[in-house]
Amino acid sequence: MKSGGQELPRWIDIGLIPILNICMALLVSGLIILAIGEDPLEAVAIMVRGAFGYEEGIGYTLYYATNFIFTGLAVSVAFHAGLFNIGGEGQAYIGGLGVGLVILAFDSLLPIAILAPLGILAAAVFGAAWAAVPAYLQAYRGSHVVITTIMFNFIASALMVYLLVNVLIKPGQMSPESREFLPSGQLPFMHEMLAWFGIPFAPTPMNITLIWALICCVGVWAYIWRSRWGYELRTVGHSEAAAAYAGIRTRRVIVVAMCISGGLAGFVGLNEIMGVQHRLLINFTAGYGFTGIAVSLMGRNHPFGVVMASLLFGALYQGGAELAFDVPTISRELVVTIQGLVILFSGALAYMSTPWITRVYRALTAGRVVPAGSEA
Amino acid sequence: MEDAFVFAILTVNATVRVATPLILCAMAGLFSERSGVIDISLEGKMLSAAFIAGSVAAITGSAWLGLAGGIATAMCLALLHGYACITHNGNQVVSGLAINILASGLTVVLGIAWFHRGGDTPSLEATARFMPITLPVARAVADVPLIGTLYSRLVSGHNLLVYVAFLAVPLVWWVVYRTRFGLRLRAVGENPKAVDTAGISVTWLRYRAVMICGVLTGIAGTYLSIAHNAGFAREMTAGQGYIALAALIFGKWRPGPAFGACLMFGLLDAIAIRLQGVHVPGIGEVPVQFIQALPYVLTVVLLAGFIGKAVAPKAIGVPYVKDT
Repeated sequence: MKSGGQELPRWIDIGLIPILNICMALLVSGLIILAIGEDPLEAVAIMVRGAFGYEEGIGYTLYYATNFIFTGLAVSVAFHAGLFNIGGEGQAYIGGLGVGLVILAFDSLLPIAILAPLGILAAAVFGAAWAAVPAYLQAYRGSHVVITTIMFNFIASALMVYLLVNVLIKPGQMSPESREFLPSGQLPFMHEMLAWFGIPFAPTPMNITLIWALICCVGVWAYIWRSRWGYELRTVGHSEAAAAYAGIRTRRVIVVAMCISGGLAGFVGLNEIMGVQHRLLINFTAGYGFTGIAVSLMGRNHPFGVVMASLLFGALYQGGAELAFDVPTISRELVVTIQGLVILFSGALAYMSTPWITRVYRALTAGRVVPAGSEA
Repeated sequence: MEDAFVFAILTVNATVRVATPLILCAMAGLFSERSGVIDISLEGKMLSAAFIAGSVAAITGSAWLGLAGGIATAMCLALLHGYACITHNGNQVVSGLAINILASGLTVVLGIAWFHRGGDTPSLEATARFMPITLPVARAVADVPLIGTLYSRLVSGHNLLVYVAFLAVPLVWWVVYRTRFGLRLRAVGENPKAVDTAGISVTWLRYRAVMICGVLTGIAGTYLSIAHNAGFAREMTAGQGYIALAALIFGKWRPGPAFGACLMFGLLDAIAIRLQGVHVPGIGEVPVQFIQALPYVLTVVLLAGFIGKAVAPKAIGVPYVKDT
């Protein structure tokens, strides 16, 4: 929205500048590694090897990426409606609660073929419900969605601790976890599915939810760019007043957008609870909701970009774990640091480089003859 | 009766200790938000300041150098926030979030690299901390019934930064409502164009606001690691920056009410700690999580307009772009 950028060609605006921003984030990360006395290039080598070098690494990378696709899509959908949903963490948490409750209730009665869609539904409904209250308050009572979703993250956290410590805990144990789900409540792992086709793969937490995540990407793309509702959504995002003038019921669009966003975030619960942990437990969201913001910013709010950014962050998480294991002075939180830097450079400082790139571009193109009428 | 009195004094003292960083952060946020810059990065600034203050105090053995380090750190982050939001018109929420995440990661990364204690800093000697101060004549009047007891046990015996926090409130009120700077600050948060038209720099005004915010969050962080505790522990702010933000909103962006909200949230926390596992007659065991979530619930209810109306500064969150 900043002036001065519109005269740049598209490839610079959506290609060069985002890449430049990420490079700056990685450069600063490298300086931090240097500052604590390690070799950044060696660190990168360890991370790449850890993330893609062998089967377990790839499996873990894709498992993390699954979570990031969901939270990244969640932030993107809200963003297209002009809303900033930073409640992905809480919505994912409550989505997981929904999955857990359904499975704990029905895993002795129903087969996985029915429980899987039920789990998807529960994750979506619970996640959406947790986003619906801030959405309603934003649309109808004028309270800012950013503040209310922050508050709802904390409320979700308190609620889950209460439920797991006092209600859902498996009797006779100390750690606040529910009982383990029966096999009918567990989604198949990818290595199990590959084994059905005779393909051997190392056991990793990667599970069928990854495929659901990719389906969601296509769904979100179709919804936002190929449907009437998506058109309304984007219109509201561009200008609420114009949308209202065009007869769009903006308040309803805001609530629907936030509910879809919350539902998508809720699918993290599907991946974690039904796919990997097979029990309900505390803090399984582990900051994935916040990573979604970095993913969405980096992926420019487009499903394809979100998948790419999720892969990068999946690799960072997995490679970062490997790095922390190999180099004792570097801890896993380096990944959190990098995440913060990515949000800073591709989000808050996204337009920092625009003025001087414009200057360089002008200097380079100044010699050429400009066709009449196309002058800026 | 005697027991109830002692219990009350203990609870009030606990409230004061918990509320101190909240008050400092809420006052910090007040400057930033009143100038039109949303600041959700109180948490991150406080955490970074706590870490650097703890590190500096551990290495140099001086609480004052720790304080200086804490303030300098928070100030750097505040300037970063200003650089992104004021100079480059970046999204203020995104910038704040970036600072929070950056602080949460970097404090642990550096802590482990420097001290090898899993992200904590070494625990501090009394000389490297701000220790409780006994106010003048507190000992002498301790035996005077009521007033003497209250003075010696409630007013006296806190560390320096607690007094700083409580004195900051009237000072902030005075600056915001009784000085030229305060008038301009409030104006720039409501209508920056009018301020600009009057020939006053919106940019410089907002930068000053975020810098004051940096100083106050720096003191808050320092309080946590080298006054209230004897060293930094990873993630030690534990959401208090967000509670302070909630208190600021709850107090409708005004110093007095925000101060009251901080005390109330502090009291809730003090009660929650005391009620842990206690069986209250007639109610049963009160879930601690419920009390801990109460500040957030109350703030949402307030924002929803069910108990009064919280109206934010009009220009909050909107970068000021000069017409050319």
